[in-house]
Amino acid sequence: MPGLRYFAIVLLLMFAGTLRADISPTRQQALMDLLLQDCGACHGMTLKGGLGPALLPGRLAGYSRDFIAQTILQGRPGTPMPPWRPFLTNEEARWLAARLQQGVKP
Amino acid sequence: MKRLFFSLFVLVFPLVSGAACLVRGTGDLGVIIERASGSLQVVDTTAHKALFHVKGLGDLSHASVVYSRDERYAYVFGRDGGLTKVDILCGTIVKRIIQGGNSIGGAISQDGRLIAVSNYVPGGVKIFSAADLSLVADIPATQVVGRDGRPKGSKTVGMVDAPGKRFVVSLYDAGEIWVIDVNDPARPAVRRFRNVGKQPYDGLITPDGRDYIAGLFGEDGLALLDLWHPEKGVIRILDHYGKGEQRLPVYKMPHLEGWTITGDRAFLPAVGHHEVLVVDKEGWKPVAKVPVHGQPVFVMARPDGRQVWVNFAFPNNDTVQVIDTETLKIVKTLETGKGTLHMEFTPRGEEVWISVRDKDEVQVYDTGTLEQTHRLSVAKPSGIFFTNRAHKTGL
Repeated sequence: MPGLRYFAIVLLLMFAGTLRADISPTRQQALMDLLLQDCGACHGMTLKGGLGPALLPGRLAGYSRDFIAQTILQGRPGTPMPPWRPFLTNEEARWLAARLQQGVKP
Repeated sequence: MKRLFFSLFVLVFPLVSGAACLVRGTGDLGVIIERASGSLQVVDTTAHKALFHVKGLGDLSHASVVYSRDERYAYVFGRDGGLTKVDILCGTIVKRIIQGGNSIGGAISQDGRLIAVSNYVPGGVKIFSAADLSLVADIPATQVVGRDGRPKGSKTVGMVDAPGKRFVVSLYDAGEIWVIDVNDPARPAVRRFRNVGKQPYDGLITPDGRDYIAGLFGEDGLALLDLWHPEKGVIRILDHYGKGEQRLPVYKMPHLEGWTITGDRAFLPAVGHHEVLVVDKEGWKPVAKVPVHGQPVFVMARPDGRQVWVNFAFPNNDTVQVIDTETLKIVKTLETGKGTLHMEFTPRGEEVWISVRDKDEVQVYDTGTLEQTHRLSVAKPSGIFFTNRAHKTGL
């Protein structure tokens, strides 16, 4: 039954695809660069904080992935945190939020 | 063949070992920060080449450098609270300390004996001996209430030296400017100016050392302190600038360091606008706006004041523009490459060196022809600092 096995693999890959939010490896690399270089301009390249607060997993523990993603997309009025929506899709913001929750190694 | 190997050895040896010290002057040397690898290159601006590669400087995101007055030692302020004294004739670290949790920059005193560092964490200012980096004084920051409701020390920003053996610094969270008199280094006398404005994010001192100006992120305008007449207090300048206009989101804070006064006019980055603001220094009134490629980060005048070179914030950080200060026209737009982070003029301004992060290179331009003349390989370069800063107030 090679056909069925093939079908199962395709299904698995599709499922994995939705988990990984269909972001190409090239785009993932670009997002990581954005995170370290441009977010890092205020939050520090090691994300330990600067003018903006630290973005380490411990400090983000109290926030949901959606909250972090929305903060990235919309910014925080009253603070220097700008909205990054012009440069990111919802999926990409959630992907970045997940990376931050896991902890990022520069 | 032997001879070839020997010359190769002589060429390469100082780069790898850093053991052989050079016997020469340092007036045409400088350092370039390699921010991702925690290292720096010592460069020769006459030969357009690297002399040493110095490693082990910690987290150098947003690193800055001041020089000893003999132009031999570079003091490197790292983001991780590191303060490193580098001997640029030997390419070695003389001493390195971790002085705070998270720092943003510092200054060297008028007499060259003291180094002051401004800290984000735990806030406040620390003062060290320039000779051996031993702690001389620790000035805790004004306490403010953090977002989590707990008290914390205000971040300090915009640290400069001032005539009269003083340092001047701004407190981001507390909205203050401090003048720190270090004539008695162990007992600094701090004069605090409160309510100067919301979120001062950087500061500069005019080249004559008279006016300290803090940029305000939280409101329009800038805070100015006349150090000849501190009794007059901090006044607000340019407070109507940008009123009623929609400010764009700011993806990188502008720097005030390069702010330049040419004749009776100052050129400065407009926060949240794609403009360079031209201001009449007498009375600090805006006289013109120059529309530019993006939000300016550094607005730096060639030493003779005839040109102003501008780089830009994300997502427009791939370009440098040159403004003629007489006609206020853009005379050149250079596509330098993504991650164009900093610029530095040679002491008399015939060249400008530009760091381009994503190309791992520093580009050198002739400021007369506006053409690129040299290129140096530098890993993820950010700040470029030449030794002539040693004799400039505020740098």
